[in-house]
Amino acid sequence: MKSLAELAAIRDKMKGKVGIRADHDDDTRIVVGMATCGIAAGARPVLNAFVELAAKHTEKHVSVTQTGCIGICQYEPVVEVMEPGKDKVTYVKMTAEKAAEVFEKHICGGKVVTEYTIGTAHK
Amino acid sequence: MKQLSENILDIAENSVKARASLIEIILEENPLLNTLSIEIRDNGCGMDNETLERVTNPFYTTRTTRKVGLGIPFFKMGAEMTGGTFHIESKVGQGTVIGTMYHTDHVDFIPLGDIASTLMTLIGGAPEIDFVYKHTRGEKEVLLDTRQLRETLGDISLDTPEVLIWIRDYINEMYDAFNN
Repeated sequence: MKSLAELAAIRDKMKGKVGIRADHDDDTRIVVGMATCGIAAGARPVLNAFVELAAKHTEKHVSVTQTGCIGICQYEPVVEVMEPGKDKVTYVKMTAEKAAEVFEKHICGGKVVTEYTIGTAHK
Repeated sequence: MKQLSENILDIAENSVKARASLIEIILEENPLLNTLSIEIRDNGCGMDNETLERVTNPFYTTRTTRKVGLGIPFFKMGAEMTGGTFHIESKVGQGTVIGTMYHTDHVDFIPLGDIASTLMTLIGGAPEIDFVYKHTRGEKEVLLDTRQLRETLGDISLDTPEVLIWIRDYINEMYDAFNN
């Protein structure tokens, strides 16, 4: 059974890390659309898959955030990946499975998963 | 929406946008009457009467990216389809209360689903806000209060991925006991 003692252990573990990197400007940002359109299309498991992967790969310095509707509701769930110094990549019609693939190939491997991008979906 | 927990996420996001500092999500089941009520209360900016009258209209929205707003209409429809009810009260400067009641034995009742993911998403998206989640059925209760978690966490933020995963697992374990 989960306990507050376990949460205290997470706190103590994190405390050691906070001091090392105060500045998050070089983080990779993953932004998931979380308006009604996103949620109805299944954005919640996509977001939480990314949170889980970010927790597993702390060395990648990934921050996962949420945004509202960006106006392309027919392509939801929409995910934007922003790496410092690089062009933004927009992934569309995402699922938790595709999120795992994007994390592995793009975030860890440095290679954009072109088949899930909006450019490919448009064709 | 395929799960009520997705409606809850969507509606509570309105409270986040209303700059609430406390959002309470209260679920009460009555197994004798086969009903479930959901209420989401916030202390955000609230709405004037004119806005309040328009929010259940799908062609009203505050968003600028498109012309329809389906969050509240979906929530209301989901309850009314089971023969249940919907209510909303709001006061400028004080906050908003929005709630539904469902007949859980109705064929159109959709399940609560993955509420742990909803809470993980809400808390991760707005770690500065306090959330209280309470689900009761008779003597049984599932309760999460981020104010209590903050006491343990000190200056570690609630949106730390490891913390969010702990919150999700904690809720799921409480539900295992709740449902058995």
